[in-house]
Amino acid sequence: MEYVNIFIKSLFIDNMVFAYFLGMCSFLAVSKKVSTAVGLGIAVTFVQIITVPLNYLIYKYVLEPGALAWLDPSFASLDLSFLTFILFIASVATMVQLVEMIVEKYSPSLYNSLGIFLPLIAVNCAILGGSLFMQQRVDAGIYSNIGHVTTFALASGLGWAIAIILMAAIRERMEYSHVLAPLRGLGITFIITGLMAIGFMSFGGIDLNAFNQQPEEKVSELVPTKPIEAPVQVLDTLPIIDSLTVDSLKVDSLTVNPLEKSK
Amino acid sequence: MSDTNKEGLFSKSNIKLITNPLNDDNPISVQVLGICSALAVTVQMKNAFVMALSVTAVVAIGNVIISLLRNYIPSRIRIIVQLVVAAALVILVDQILKAYSYDISKQLSVFVGLIITNCILMGRFEAFALGNKPWPSFLDGLGNGFGYGLILMVVAFVRELLGSGKIWGFEILGDPLKKTGVYASGYVNNGFIILAPMALILVGIVIWVQRSINRKLIEK
Repeated sequence: MEYVNIFIKSLFIDNMVFAYFLGMCSFLAVSKKVSTAVGLGIAVTFVQIITVPLNYLIYKYVLEPGALAWLDPSFASLDLSFLTFILFIASVATMVQLVEMIVEKYSPSLYNSLGIFLPLIAVNCAILGGSLFMQQRVDAGIYSNIGHVTTFALASGLGWAIAIILMAAIRERMEYSHVLAPLRGLGITFIITGLMAIGFMSFGGIDLNAFNQQPEEKVSELVPTKPIEAPVQVLDTLPIIDSLTVDSLKVDSLTVNPLEKSK
Repeated sequence: MSDTNKEGLFSKSNIKLITNPLNDDNPISVQVLGICSALAVTVQMKNAFVMALSVTAVVAIGNVIISLLRNYIPSRIRIIVQLVVAAALVILVDQILKAYSYDISKQLSVFVGLIITNCILMGRFEAFALGNKPWPSFLDGLGNGFGYGLILMVVAFVRELLGSGKIWGFEILGDPLKKTGVYASGYVNNGFIILAPMALILVGIVIWVQRSINRKLIEK
C-alpha cells in the first residue's frame, strides 16, 4: 500500500509543476497545442522513469558517504556526495541523447513536432529536480528501496504530463477569447497556472493514512484519548477566546465529533 | 580583434548588455527563462537575494568560460560541455553556501542544484557566449543575472511583506502574536501569499505591469 501512497502523493499533492514549479520553462513554451504537449509529456515521463532509478543506483553505490565500501573496505571512509550534481546531470544528459535517437528512429513525426525541445529535456528542471528530490528523500529515509524510487519517478513524470496537457487544452480554448493586451501570451498563462495550482492544492486534503488502516482500528485508537464531555466545554468558551486558540480548538472538535456519532 | 581593441571596456554597446536585460530583454518576463527557481525561492527576500547572487555569479563566470572555449567545442556535444561547466560552477557555489550560510543553503534545498538546469544558463551560453568574446559575455551574464534578481526581489518583497509582515527578516508591521503595530488594529497576515499559487499569479501581475508601461513588449 505504501506504493499507492507514494504514487498519489507525488502525482497530485506534490505535483512537480504546481507545488514545486519544476520544468516551468518547457511547460510555458510547449503548451500551445495539445498534441505537442502529449508528446513532450510522454517523453518527460519516459526519461524520468529511466533516470531516477539509475541515479538512485549511482547514489547508493558511488556517491553516498561510505558507498564505495563494496569495492574495497578501505574506501568506507570516502564521501563523494559533492559530486552528486555533476554525475546526476551526466546520466540525465546521456539518457536524453538516447531517447532522442530512439524517437528519431521510430517516430519521425513526433520528433519533428518536438523539434528543439527534445534535447532541451536534458535541461528540464523536472528531470534533474526529480533526481535531487529522490536523493533528499532517500537521505531522510522516506524512500528506502528502488521500488519506492521507481514509483515516485513514474508518478512525478505523469503529474508533469497531466499538468502540461491540461494547460495546453486551456490555451487552445483561449485562442478565441479576448485578453487584455498587456496580459496576452505570457501574463495570462502565468495567472492560469496559478489558478490551476490553487485547484491542485485541494488534493492536499487526501488522507493518505486511510489506505493503511482499517476503519475499525481508527476508532479504537482514538476513543480512549478524549473524554466525551470535551466538545461541550469547547462550545461554551468559543465566543470569548481569540482566533489563534479557536484554530487549535477547531481541530479538537473535528476529531471528537465523529466519535460522538460512533458512540 | 582590432575592432574590440579600439572599443572601450565600457563603450555604449557594452553598457547596453547590462541595462537591456533589466527591462526590454528581461530573462524572466520577456525571454521566459529560469522561472522554476524564481518562483520557489521568493518567500523571503534574504533567500531570493542569495539565489540571485548565486545565479549571477554562475552565469557571468560560465559565460566567460564558454566564450573562451567557444572555438574548441564541437557543436554536436556542446550541450553536454555546457552542462559540465554549469555543474562544476554550481558545485562550487553549493559548497561555499554550505560553508558560510548553512541555514539559507538548507532553505534553498534542491534549488541550488537546480541552477544547473536553470534555463538562463543554457539560454545565455547558447545564444550569447558561443558567439562572442569573453568580456561582452561576462557583461551579458552580469546583466541577465541582475534582470533575474530584479524580478526575484520585487516578487519576494511583496510575498514577504504581505505573507509574513516582514522585510528582510525585520518585523516592520509589528509582532503578530503580541498584537503590536498594525496588528493591534486587527490586521492579519495573508497566509495564502506564501503558498505556491500566489507566486505564479504575482509574476503574472509583474509581467502585466511591465507590459502596460513598456508597450512594445506586448505579444502579437
